[in-house]
Amino acid sequence: MDPLTANESVDLQVSIGSLQLKNPVLTASGTFGYGREFDSLVTLNRLGGIIVKGISLEPRPGNPPPRIIETSCGMLNAIGLENVGVDRFIEEKLPFFQNIESPVIVNILGDSIEEYSQLAERLNTVHGVAALEVNISCPNVKKGGVAFGTVPEMAAAVTKAVRKAVTLPVIVKLSPNVTDVTVIARAVEDAGADAVSLINTLLGMAIDVRTSRPKLANVVGGLSGPAIKPVALRMVWQVAQVVSIPVIGIGGIGTTEDALEFLIAGATAVQVGTANFYQPTATEEIISGLGRYVRETGLESIRDVTNSLELD
Amino acid sequence: MIEFQEKSSVTAKESLTEDIFRITVQAPRIAKAAQPGQFVMVRIQDTLDPLLRRPFSIHKVSRDGSLALLFKVVGKGTRMLSGVNPGMNINLIGPLGKGFNLTPGSSFCMIGGGMGIAPLYFLAQQLLHSERASDSPPVLLGAQTQKELLLLTEEFTELGYPVHTATDDGTLGHHGFVTELLDEIVYRVGQVYVCGPIPMMRIVALKCQAAGVACQVSLETHMACGLGACLGCTFPAREGGYKHVCKDGPVMSAEEVVWTL
Repeated sequence: MDPLTANESVDLQVSIGSLQLKNPVLTASGTFGYGREFDSLVTLNRLGGIIVKGISLEPRPGNPPPRIIETSCGMLNAIGLENVGVDRFIEEKLPFFQNIESPVIVNILGDSIEEYSQLAERLNTVHGVAALEVNISCPNVKKGGVAFGTVPEMAAAVTKAVRKAVTLPVIVKLSPNVTDVTVIARAVEDAGADAVSLINTLLGMAIDVRTSRPKLANVVGGLSGPAIKPVALRMVWQVAQVVSIPVIGIGGIGTTEDALEFLIAGATAVQVGTANFYQPTATEEIISGLGRYVRETGLESIRDVTNSLELD
Repeated sequence: MIEFQEKSSVTAKESLTEDIFRITVQAPRIAKAAQPGQFVMVRIQDTLDPLLRRPFSIHKVSRDGSLALLFKVVGKGTRMLSGVNPGMNINLIGPLGKGFNLTPGSSFCMIGGGMGIAPLYFLAQQLLHSERASDSPPVLLGAQTQKELLLLTEEFTELGYPVHTATDDGTLGHHGFVTELLDEIVYRVGQVYVCGPIPMMRIVALKCQAAGVACQVSLETHMACGLGACLGCTFPAREGGYKHVCKDGPVMSAEEVVWTL
């Protein structure tokens, strides 16, 4: 048996609500386009799941440039949720996945609870969507632009509305830009979320000292990449203590060791984000690495790694 | 479009000035598929700082499966790349993006400023192989000073192109902007290919527009992936909204973009 086949025969399966994944490695929304962009570089069928670029009811043009800037061990982005809108997504982007085995999870975003709910209803009836991931880091236009994900009641209301609209598994993606992420996590669990994923990007900024101007046109943006991994890991660990639904870890994961840290801290699965940009095959390398880990440590499955943190 | 990821061994490194380098790497699959104006995303080492790959236009392609990158040290990434030596490996993804649209039969002119000269050499190589209507299409090259242009001028000349140069300090050719050389030539050609700093390309685009001449610009922006996934490399579009330099470009018709300066 060649090493690759040997790894794939190891039990890497995990469940996120009713969704069965062949392995716990997903692509993070916004870092993997609509899947097709990576088709010639990545064996898409090996992925545990593909979470596509966030979709809104109407197309969005996004922010003016510059939208991205590299920082130490990370990057700031202010893309501005540019996307083709749900109709074009269904017509132009979703058909590509017909021949892909890996489940497609659609990340959704909106300006109001009604928009989330309409979007969820629209996607619920479409063949080829395995689950929804709800981005609650967006501003609530009706509540003065306060991000849904920063107020427990608002986070719960969005979750409840999406939950009511769909039979699909609902994952709620949490913002780290809060005082206590566990309060939000509990609120969305109580509101019916099947899982939580965290963390979204950390709000940051960078300044060009030669011009005294911000490096991003939007002034502030979301920090991602290896720089945020310790913060993400801490939050995943905290949330895993207080919720009983699966936790999906996100934040600076680029290697097998990174992924294992999140699993040990309590994550059931992980998402690889910024690493897709600098190392498009990172997901595949992590899947192989997790297989090797399970085999070499003599565990029965990758599920035994979840929540195995040793504390005195 | 098919892209490849290749571990590419560096076979040569030349320094044109103390901060301008040219490295040649073996990347046969990318070299074979590449079209002039396309680019590669380069990961120099497995470091987390700098984190992202760097985009470089393909400067030269050889039949032996090698390709060359021409660059100036301007930051962390290019400094690290200037430190590689023959025998070392770098990781390339490519060929990426939309290259120059070659219009056989039409007379043309190439105009390059600074490191914008890089993709024009590959274009010049390719146009030699295609049917060329006008005799000796001119190549206009601009840089800060003489030594940045000496070797490149010689190489374009060897391909059979008449080269006109301009330098900021007047040490070679016209003392001033390379765009000033375009004035008497623009009316004689049907197509202008330009790559250089944004203000320079804007001037060329305006001159071409005034003369009613087609102009293709090769744009440069910050990029995280080069694959059309991050949506970070935007440029304002004439039709409203944004173009993505990595997929809609890097080469576009000058008419498609808005020059915001």
